[in-house]
Amino acid sequence: MTLTPVLTAHWDEADSYTIGGYMRHGGYSAFKKAFQSGPDDIINLVKDSGLRGRGGAGFPTGIKWSFVPQNDGKPHYLVVNADESEPGACKDIPLMLANPHALIEGMIIAAYAMRCSHAFIYLRGEVPHVFRRVNAAIREAYTAGYLGKNIMGSGFDLEIVLHAGAGAYICGEETALLDSLEGRRGQPRLKPPFPAVAGLYASPSCVNNVETIANIPYIVNNGVEWFRSFGTEKSPGFKLFAVSGHVKNPGIYEAPLGITARELIEHAGGVRDGHQIKFWLPGGSSVPMLTPDLLDTPMTYEDIAAAGSMLGTGTPMVFDDSTSVVRAVAGWLAFYKHESCGKCTPCREGTYWISDLLHRLENGEGQESDLDKIVELCAQISGRSFCALGDAASTPFPAAIKHFRDEFVTATSTPANDSFDQFAATVFAGATR
Amino acid sequence: MTVTTQTVTVTVDGVAVEVPAGTLIIRVAEMLGTAIPRFCDHPLLSPVAACRACLVEIEGQGKPQPACAIPVTDGMVVKTQHTSDMAQQAQAGVMEFLLINHPLDCPVCDKGGECPLQNQAMANGRGESRFDGTKRSFPKPINVSAQVLLDRERCVSCARCTRFAEQIAGDQFIALLERGAKQQVGTSEDQPFDSYFSGNTIQICPVGALTSAKYRFRSRPFDLVSTPSACEHCASGCALRTDVRRGSVMRRLAWDAPEVNEEWNCDKGRFAFPYLSDGRLTSPLVRDEDGNLVPASWPEALRVAAAGLKETGVATGVLTGGRVTVEDAKAYAAFARGVLGTNDVDFRARAVGAEETAFLAHHVAGKNIDVTYGDLEVAPSVLLVGLDPEDESPIVFLRLRKAALQHRTKVVSVAPYMTAGLAKMKGTLIAAGPFDEATAISGAAEHVKEAGSIILVGERAATSPGALKAVADLAASTGARLAWVPRRAGDRGAVDAGLLPINGRDITTILSESGKAVKGLLVGGVSASDVDGDLVAAVDAAQFVVSLETRHSDVTERADVVLPVAVVTEKAGTFRNWEGRDRSFNVAIPTANVLSDADVLTELARELGVELDATDFWATASKPELVAGTHKPTVGSGQAVLATWKHLLDKGTLQEGEPYLAATSRVAVIRVSPATARSLNLVDGGQAKVECCGRKATAPVIETAGMADGVVWIPSNSEGAALNLPSGCVVNVSGGVA
Repeated sequence: MTLTPVLTAHWDEADSYTIGGYMRHGGYSAFKKAFQSGPDDIINLVKDSGLRGRGGAGFPTGIKWSFVPQNDGKPHYLVVNADESEPGACKDIPLMLANPHALIEGMIIAAYAMRCSHAFIYLRGEVPHVFRRVNAAIREAYTAGYLGKNIMGSGFDLEIVLHAGAGAYICGEETALLDSLEGRRGQPRLKPPFPAVAGLYASPSCVNNVETIANIPYIVNNGVEWFRSFGTEKSPGFKLFAVSGHVKNPGIYEAPLGITARELIEHAGGVRDGHQIKFWLPGGSSVPMLTPDLLDTPMTYEDIAAAGSMLGTGTPMVFDDSTSVVRAVAGWLAFYKHESCGKCTPCREGTYWISDLLHRLENGEGQESDLDKIVELCAQISGRSFCALGDAASTPFPAAIKHFRDEFVTATSTPANDSFDQFAATVFAGATR
Repeated sequence: MTVTTQTVTVTVDGVAVEVPAGTLIIRVAEMLGTAIPRFCDHPLLSPVAACRACLVEIEGQGKPQPACAIPVTDGMVVKTQHTSDMAQQAQAGVMEFLLINHPLDCPVCDKGGECPLQNQAMANGRGESRFDGTKRSFPKPINVSAQVLLDRERCVSCARCTRFAEQIAGDQFIALLERGAKQQVGTSEDQPFDSYFSGNTIQICPVGALTSAKYRFRSRPFDLVSTPSACEHCASGCALRTDVRRGSVMRRLAWDAPEVNEEWNCDKGRFAFPYLSDGRLTSPLVRDEDGNLVPASWPEALRVAAAGLKETGVATGVLTGGRVTVEDAKAYAAFARGVLGTNDVDFRARAVGAEETAFLAHHVAGKNIDVTYGDLEVAPSVLLVGLDPEDESPIVFLRLRKAALQHRTKVVSVAPYMTAGLAKMKGTLIAAGPFDEATAISGAAEHVKEAGSIILVGERAATSPGALKAVADLAASTGARLAWVPRRAGDRGAVDAGLLPINGRDITTILSESGKAVKGLLVGGVSASDVDGDLVAAVDAAQFVVSLETRHSDVTERADVVLPVAVVTEKAGTFRNWEGRDRSFNVAIPTANVLSDADVLTELARELGVELDATDFWATASKPELVAGTHKPTVGSGQAVLATWKHLLDKGTLQEGEPYLAATSRVAVIRVSPATARSLNLVDGGQAKVECCGRKATAPVIETAGMADGVVWIPSNSEGAALNLPSGCVVNVSGGVA
């Protein structure tokens, strides 16, 4: 399958991130078109397009928008989740760097559809360069009269506030994000009420991923038919696939949903010479790893699920035979332990304990009984934690032990670095030390 | 009004039950006698579903769900750990996780023996731990306030304490900090857990993470003998539990009284109990030929007392103080009027007046239970007059705050300034100094015109001329209901018993007439610092003085006969709280040879040849007409009108001997409006001196926006600022004091 650059079409142009660069290719025409139809028509358009959330869960966007009660006399808020922090996921950050105006125009249309006059972008705090760039783009949009009061004489107002987080993975969880945005500690909220009913400032709110919103102008401009010409029935459209790991040219490859990981890896130049793929993850560290025999699975929500994993953020991570799976899993669990917010017991204590056990295994100090113990501990977290972070944290190990039990057994007596030279897996492998 | 509650049918472990819609699963299970494990769940706090101990299976849902946070819906089928493997395994897993980091210090932990974690670990936990890693440890303990200590490694992050501070007390001085395994309860760097209600967090902590400096390492729960009690510290009427070991009170806990204090109490009620044992009078005392007070036998002391009182007879003033039980109050009333034949009887130990006497006679005496806590909770608006509930009736404060937050009750206060407590009740201030309150009240009709509105008037209204008449008129004209909220636990019972100077002299006159028209004094629990007048001089001037006291005092030192009486832990009795609700309590420490006031008065009456016979005083009493006071002083330059009340925690004699509690009291400040500060040449943050009647107090000035002009506020009896003068005094105020 070939690549289909839409969001990424003009990233090679020097001014792709400016309002001029965006408008040269038809930017800021979609929202004017949207203003010609009613807000409900836009919601229906997005519903018909079948666009699914690009943040990981894949919930249909139009349906999510329709959950926001209309004409209830309350302020509505659109919140863009730009807290991209998933290990392996790197698509929203480049998108905001290279094409921030698609996000802003998408926000104008989404806000118009949901009758919202105040929108927020919650950006992860560790990317000040992105903060500056998005801020500049917002400023340009204000100057052009595309944001602010009575936009283009339409009577529609929209203010956009860009907010930087303080460095917490949990704030990518939508309710924790809302708490953080309100100035509280980022911890997930009890649901119900769901954000569509009582979200930001206890008002109806909709939280959408950056890439989801950036799709909107293109759908409005080109129509449902065009959008559905990409992808499959259940997973229409195109996607930013951020291929990382042991490929020659890691990067973002925009292609229709349904492209296979093997094709993506080929686009990325294939694996390093002399190496074979050992395992791969379709969409970030929070989805179960798959073996190379499943590389021909179409990258759709439904097909990847059928293969026993999840499309997640659609950011395949490729690991070749130089990788110690023990070290990889231990690294992920160290991440989840560090990022657990502490609110609920299973995630707080479970990630602490599992990480501790994996650290021992990585050092060749574990016991074989630890392996079953970790599987049990993962089961004690999964489905029992307050939010999905616990589920994510309990995903890597059970998948890994299913495919690589022997390697874990070896790790009980041999440190991972003895079995697998840690430098062999790096980008500078082979360089003279 | 008919309340129809929609019900739903839900099945728990195969038992179908009809419950009100919206009931949480965990509560439904409780109704059926099924105990689902829980730590973060507390019926009076909003659900947080953080500990995950209560996971149960709900048919149709793939994952176990927290029973503490999910309201039942019609047709819901719930399976608890008893019938569901999913629930059982989920709960066991959570219990294992909760214990991996918990220290095994139960044998030295205050909570050991009454610990929900210990109990549930014994019931549902593993016998042996699978965790062989390194536990997280913290330096222990740290103070979150002078009184409350935190052992962080024992904490299970249930957030009960932080939710209590935020949702109930409104004192958000503790919060969860850090994240993940490092999450811990903490305070901000320079601000301790400054709350009158901090002790409740210790009680609701489901582990031993929070302990009190007072009780830490003092006792084991299974060594304690517990007695249900009623709090003697104010008129709120809290149910308490008094825990005693070998004849000493070890601690007091808030006890369950849904209609009154729910499950809370204030720190004074919880921690101020050393006075029960320290400095006690152990034997009757009489004055010998040389004028020295010497121990005497009960028969001798009673004989001497009776002889002296027989002589002073109708010219005896009886001052009971406000800490009397209903039983003691009746005995005092019967003894004064029936035995001595005097009408010079007053329970009030503070500034009083004829207006208040008449008000109490007409609007409080014999009213039984009228306005209740429950009424406050649902009232559309509550007008406060001469009452700062947080300082003067803390449980009223908690209930009003709940009303304001949950039922949008509008709280309006006629007060000199917007107090912290009023702000926490989301209240509205009608700023007025003591001499402007009557006018302010008369103009407040719009605030109480909605049906169901309530006016709460405090005892301080007695110091505002015309205020009580204005309150009575306002209630009559608007239909608002009226309740009097005094400070002391015995005040309401004393009014009902007739310990008011109907046809007699009030306390102020008794004191000034002592040695003249009033020849003898019978003094109960009255502190010299409380009264508006010179009690010590009056005692010195009187011909014969009998003192009924629990501890040595200025009065006992000067009395002719001292008769020791029981403290609350040594007797059974009843306090009638502000609602008029009887709060009875039993003997917590059975003690030989200790008599209650009523017992002593009965014996004294017998010594005088009379059987004490309590009568219903109000059945025949003629009530004086309620006439508005009109006094208005002139205020010169450099002067202001004093507005004052007592902080909940101050130099009160019943709080003696408890330094950790004292350390959490509020620091005294002088408050003036910005305009008044300018006219008095006071600097915000600078020191100032307030002087009157030979007493003075120095404290830092806080310019308080929105405060009534021409008024200076200072606490009455706090450390460094104990003027002990009533509101309405004209005081000299000078700044620039170093």
